Amino acid sequence: MTNWQISDEEKLLKQSAEEFFREKLPVSSLRYMRDRNDQVGYSPEIWKEMAELGWTGILIPEEYDGLNFGLRGLGVVLEAAGRTLSPSPLFSTVLLGGTILQAEGSESQKKKYLPAIAGGKLLLAVGTEEGLHHGSQKIEASARREGEGYRLSGQKKLVLDAQSADKLVVLARTGEGERSALSWFIVDRQAPGVTTKTFRLIDGRLGCHLELHNVSVPAENLLGFEGKAAASYQLLQDAGAAGLAAEMLGSATAAFEMTLAYLKERKQFGVAIGSFQALQHRAAHMYCELEVSRAAVQKALSAYDSSDPKRSLYASLAKAKVGQVFEHVARECLQLFAGIGMTDEHVIGFYLKRSRIATELFGNNAFHRDRYASLVGY
Amino acid sequence: MLNEFRKEVRSWLEENCPPTMRTPMSEKEIVWGGRNAKFPHPDAKVWMDRMAAKGWTVPEWPRVYGGGGLNPQETQVLREEMQDLGCRLPLNSFGIHMLAPVLMKYGTEEQKLEHLPKIARGEIRWCQGYSEPESGSDLASLQMRAEQTADGFLLNGSKVWTSYAEESDWIFCLVRTDTTVPKQQGISFVLVDMNQPGVKAEPILLISGNSPFCEVFFTNVKTPKNNLVGRLNGGWEIAKALLTHERQWISGMGLTEEEPIENYIKSKMGADAEGRLLDLAFRDKLTHFHLDSAAFELTLERETALQKAGHSPGAASSIFKLYGTELNKRRYDLIVEAAGFDALSWEGEVSAVDHVKTRTWLRTKGNSIEGGTSEIQLNVIAKRVLGLP
Ligand SMILES: Cc1cc2nc3c(=O)[nH]c(=O)nc-3n(C[C@H](O)[C@H](O)[C@H](O)COP(=O)(O)OP(=O)(O)OC[C@H]3O[C@@H](n4cnc5c(N)ncnc54)[C@H](O)[C@@H]3O)c2cc1C
Repeated sequence: MTNWQISDEEKLLKQSAEEFFREKLPVSSLRYMRDRNDQVGYSPEIWKEMAELGWTGILIPEEYDGLNFGLRGLGVVLEAAGRTLSPSPLFSTVLLGGTILQAEGSESQKKKYLPAIAGGKLLLAVGTEEGLHHGSQKIEASARREGEGYRLSGQKKLVLDAQSADKLVVLARTGEGERSALSWFIVDRQAPGVTTKTFRLIDGRLGCHLELHNVSVPAENLLGFEGKAAASYQLLQDAGAAGLAAEMLGSATAAFEMTLAYLKERKQFGVAIGSFQALQHRAAHMYCELEVSRAAVQKALSAYDSSDPKRSLYASLAKAKVGQVFEHVARECLQLFAGIGMTDEHVIGFYLKRSRIATELFGNNAFHRDRYASLVGY
Repeated sequence: MLNEFRKEVRSWLEENCPPTMRTPMSEKEIVWGGRNAKFPHPDAKVWMDRMAAKGWTVPEWPRVYGGGGLNPQETQVLREEMQDLGCRLPLNSFGIHMLAPVLMKYGTEEQKLEHLPKIARGEIRWCQGYSEPESGSDLASLQMRAEQTADGFLLNGSKVWTSYAEESDWIFCLVRTDTTVPKQQGISFVLVDMNQPGVKAEPILLISGNSPFCEVFFTNVKTPKNNLVGRLNGGWEIAKALLTHERQWISGMGLTEEEPIENYIKSKMGADAEGRLLDLAFRDKLTHFHLDSAAFELTLERETALQKAGHSPGAASSIFKLYGTELNKRRYDLIVEAAGFDALSWEGEVSAVDHVKTRTWLRTKGNSIEGGTSEIQLNVIAKRVLGLP
């Protein structure tokens, strides 16, 4: 049974996270990064503050210095971050990196890495996808055994936050077969043979193309059992999809609220444009879609935390539904702002751009619809 | 405590729910109660009476009104156990879902004691006299007159689209009691016994081939003073309150389908060895529906949970009405599209199941009209939820 009540703790977290991102990382910070051609991708000072608030340890068990608040807790923070499109290593390090390390790490690996994540002292980036879409291409990056360790070669198409990560968590092939021969490795970003080519994403953030040329990785940096990464890859997909869905819900809701305010304030023909029924109905439709999306996101996060057997089904539901709704809302909002919305100066364009990026990451809408259908069984 | 209760409920249900009442129910098998109640299966009456005797047709109502006096947790337990055993809903009615909630809030004690137990026991069936030929979406413009007499009201006029009027015993009506004030301020909410001269219900044939709704004519019909609910000319507030209950009720329709939609579609369109639909374009279309439907079900689940904790839906019930009914229409669009030629015949050759589906497809088109059209729901959301001018 999902607990649909929002606890007092969650309310407090939501409030403080929204305030935090509004003050410290508003939409203008994206523009600032872009216009200064920033090559770091986040603000170390603000990241430190986020660590002090405990958000870096939100998924991590208490024995490793975390808060153990679950994905539902992290979802609250991500949703708040999504409202202002705030760039930070939260998704890459805390959600993606943290999830893999907790699922696959040995006791000594967990002791080494988890408290460092919780303390905000270790940044991670996770590289899995090699094609133009999530899941569209077989993993071909390979890890060859050599002596005590491995040699990694291959490429990862788009890795978020690799440019500033201390360690990369890389999915590579250690044998043949569709899924059965994949393994996780922790790779030092500074290691010889690692190249990160950064480029500017449409929303102003940085993306990275990762290349590995015969990179030497010691055996102790194998995460989990060799050839057995499939289950945690699926776990990562679920966490990634559900977490992103929460962030996207925040973005879509904020874009909608901004537009709703504009409908009340912009006058044409001597009246507020929000008095036109054609626009009222479009706003009402968006609102309904956001409401049902919210339930799907809440369910996906809770199902993840409670290891619900339908965890993957709900993750796909949330990502596909919110993906479609965010793209719809972004298109509609742009149309309703009209001329001013087309200008670089206005923020709404950033929301449209973000909707494109977020929809494509961790499985686009078609990917999750297909996955959902297969999981239901038709 | 709750576990004890669960055990009791379980064993009582196992003992008292006839096995025939533990199978999925078609629309025709719904038990509506009333003086002329029809029970497609004799066990349906046994089941209704047994549940009514426990007060479990309306488990959360107070006992004095014929309910079970259960708290929200106990009600939930009862629902879960019924669901687990596959027990049918013993009784469903406009009385339970529309009239009772407003009687509880606006009725006098005398009115509650008079009408609620009969609703709970399925003795009296109610219908809804809102719409008139000239007043649909603009409901407040209604014109059916109620003149005050020494001991009550004299009614003249007509109501239309009145669902199940022919089979109903009583009607709750919106009537005009003052023509000199703005339209919302001259409306009263009255209860009328239909079993009297001057009330005539004429069935109207629907596109689905059924005639569940009627035009109802009132000629010098009397109803006593104590059948006025709330204040004289204070009916509009009650009318709106009732609509929020109606909308929420309608929005859940279609969620209690007997079988998953994909099973029927597979049986019509074919699937591969792994059960994957062969027509991939249709599969994707079905998935679009599934996602919306699943997200909506979760939304209702959340809403129910929050309402139990005291949250009141108000105008937000329009969201559920709009979304739920549009979904139900899409559900049946997919079903008839999948069935192809089998969904084209009105009668004869194809199976009864297919005919029911086709006629239900036609019936569902009314879901986004009854209880206020989708456009009206959008207006309500825009104005009352979003605060647009
Ligand atoms: C199956 C079924 C069962 C019913 N059962 C009952 C019942 O038991 N009791 C009862 O009282 N009534 C009942 N009704 C009637 C129902 O409530 C009305 O049909 C409904 O309110 C619409 O009124 P109308 O048909 O007169 O359409 P109209 O109000 O004439 O509307 C025509 C079209 O104009 C649109 N429209 C109207 N006003 C606006 C506006 N302001 N903005 C935008 N669009 C607008 C409508 O959405 C619709 O598309 C039932 C209807 C159906 C289909």
